[in-house]
Amino acid sequence: MSDSSTNLETAAHPENLRRVAIDPVSRVEGHGKVTLLLDDDNRIHQVRLHIVEFRGFEKFIQGRPYWEAPVMVQRLCGICPVSHHLAASKAMDMIVGATLTPTAEKVRRLMHYGQILQSHALHFFHLSSPDLLFGFDSDVAKRNIVGVAAQYPEIAKQGVLLRKFGQEVIRVTAGKRVHGTGAIPGGMNKNVSLEERDYLLKDADQMIAWSRDAVGIIRQAFEQNLPLYNAFGSFDAHTLGLIRADGAMDLYHGGLRARDKQGNTLFDHYDYGHYWDVIFEDVKPWSYMKFPFLRSLGPEEGWYRVGPLTRVTQCDFIPTPLAEAERRVFVAFDDGRPARSTLGFHWARMIEMLHSAEMIRELLLDPDLQGTDLVSLGERQERGVGVIEAPRGTLIHHYKVDEHDQIVRCNLIVSTTHNNQSMNESIRRVAMQHLDGHQLTEGLLNHIEVAIRAFDPCLSCATHALGKMPLEVELLAADGARLDVLTRNMDGVSCPSD
Amino acid sequence: MSHTFQLDGANIGFEPGQTVMQAALAAGHYIPHLCYHPEFKPHGSCKLCTVKVNGRTLASCTMPAEAGLEVESNTDELNALRRTLVQMLFAEGNHFCPSCEKSGNCVLQALGYDLEVHSTGFRHQYPDRPVDASHPEVLLDFNRCILCELCVHASAEVDGKHVFALAGRGIEKHLIVNAESGQLADTHFSVNDKAMAVCPVGVILRKEVGFSQPIGMRRYDARPISAQALEDAPRVPAGDSHE
Repeated sequence: MSDSSTNLETAAHPENLRRVAIDPVSRVEGHGKVTLLLDDDNRIHQVRLHIVEFRGFEKFIQGRPYWEAPVMVQRLCGICPVSHHLAASKAMDMIVGATLTPTAEKVRRLMHYGQILQSHALHFFHLSSPDLLFGFDSDVAKRNIVGVAAQYPEIAKQGVLLRKFGQEVIRVTAGKRVHGTGAIPGGMNKNVSLEERDYLLKDADQMIAWSRDAVGIIRQAFEQNLPLYNAFGSFDAHTLGLIRADGAMDLYHGGLRARDKQGNTLFDHYDYGHYWDVIFEDVKPWSYMKFPFLRSLGPEEGWYRVGPLTRVTQCDFIPTPLAEAERRVFVAFDDGRPARSTLGFHWARMIEMLHSAEMIRELLLDPDLQGTDLVSLGERQERGVGVIEAPRGTLIHHYKVDEHDQIVRCNLIVSTTHNNQSMNESIRRVAMQHLDGHQLTEGLLNHIEVAIRAFDPCLSCATHALGKMPLEVELLAADGARLDVLTRNMDGVSCPSD
Repeated sequence: MSHTFQLDGANIGFEPGQTVMQAALAAGHYIPHLCYHPEFKPHGSCKLCTVKVNGRTLASCTMPAEAGLEVESNTDELNALRRTLVQMLFAEGNHFCPSCEKSGNCVLQALGYDLEVHSTGFRHQYPDRPVDASHPEVLLDFNRCILCELCVHASAEVDGKHVFALAGRGIEKHLIVNAESGQLADTHFSVNDKAMAVCPVGVILRKEVGFSQPIGMRRYDARPISAQALEDAPRVPAGDSHE
């Protein structure tokens, strides 16, 4: 197989091929599907991940007052609402001309690292650990969080409590575990009291220790399955993410850094207030989700990857000692092969969880959290752009506000959108590696899921239901007649032709 | 006190001139209510405070207290009717509590919680209502208006400005701004007006301060509206309302 698999996007002669559809693949607050075109020998000629992106927010937020946006937009998601809350708040900081006070920025950062911690814990332990601990085609009855809890009760417990801790950090800073209100244009509506700080601080060291153990779990999984894990959906991609001025990982703020597949810098510390000069969104007729690309490379070659794998490999260093030590292990491991693998996302994600736990402790010890100067205002601006590194990757919020304080334009580029082409590339690789020439099986289906799931594309509906996406694979004849169907729902897998 | 009536079996004393609602609140008994405000003449429009008096249903905010009345309020039957009324109000307007800055301070929302409104009950009408952001300091979001008329009375009777009025009839009834343009900016409305402070829902809003009150510090975060109302009562002595 060539290094680039984009030739699987469109088959040369689709009219002679059978179509297999995985529909629905659950994803961000909605549904997507995977379609495959096969010839008579089950050779794969086309693979597409179609995603039905719900972009209604950009429309119905028009006309709303700008201070409402940070609360309204977090309803985009129930897993990472804090990310939307903070990205919108950062955009509104620009609208009101604010330079955040130290207290406001640090409380926001604390909220954000709580969010990263809980989201990463949820994804790794609840959704992905069954695949990693039991195997991709292991007994489906056991391949879920309940199975993990039965066989690895300590790991399951740690996952639950890590997520709970992250949620408590969010509650303290935003007022609620989900869909709070802490950040407002120009700052925060509360600080962190000494009582609240002590409540969180008492568990901080334990969270760091458990996060470190989690890095060990995924490293061990790589060590035990090295050829499979290194090759699984492996490809080189251009990368994009925020970076601190000194090159450190910074998930809350920074400039944009982009590198090409060979690791050469395309731009660095770029002011995200003009992101549209370096990023553009392409439209393809077969998907409702846009395909962002780097302008300098064009729509065909300019697609890129965001998220934990990019952030951990793209930063010069991580500014907390334990996570930095793990980063060095990761990028050097087996000549850097895991950093090219789709499954490398999991390893990078756990390094970020460790970093978040360390950052939470560091921030909790900062007396600025108890400051009372919470809001700053400056000269009013018409346009606001807020960019943050959300758990799944770079998140862009862009608003235009008129003289009556009403939002007149909104553009959101969410992490999963950035990764659209990368996810397509990944499942094409996996399809070629594991499906090509084979008959459909449940284990086959799960290989596709494993690849999609590694990106953690916020498949909140069904994926988050004990890690089982409802999937249906249809085998259609050239005339459209259904020859075979394989269905998986919450009751298990069924195949009428069996 | 020589004047008493029965409310859900309890003896309630009252001063002559008090309504059943005023006497009940003053005596520490909560009757759910929405458009009633102690500083304004009650007009019995929302019907949330409906009670049964000697077997007849009446608005307790307008019913004068009389000795010997037997009043039922906290019954399954009446609370079910109140729940339905609240559901209808939610269905009639565009009440999106999750992103409303009045959440936690909203009387309608608090009543919904207190009356255990767990479902919408009716198909939402999703009316097409405007937002008036023309005023430099005040935003009007008509999506949330429940036609309680408190702003109409406050502007007319206290502020002396007649900024607000109700227009249309029946299902077409709606709140308007008394200006040729229909815009709040073309009135003498001020953030210091009484009408600014009486809106029980999220229609009349001071700009740029939304969500500045942390969750936990809002009016109905600590206690339900039934307890909060009793803590606030009696708010003014009987007979001191703006008639």
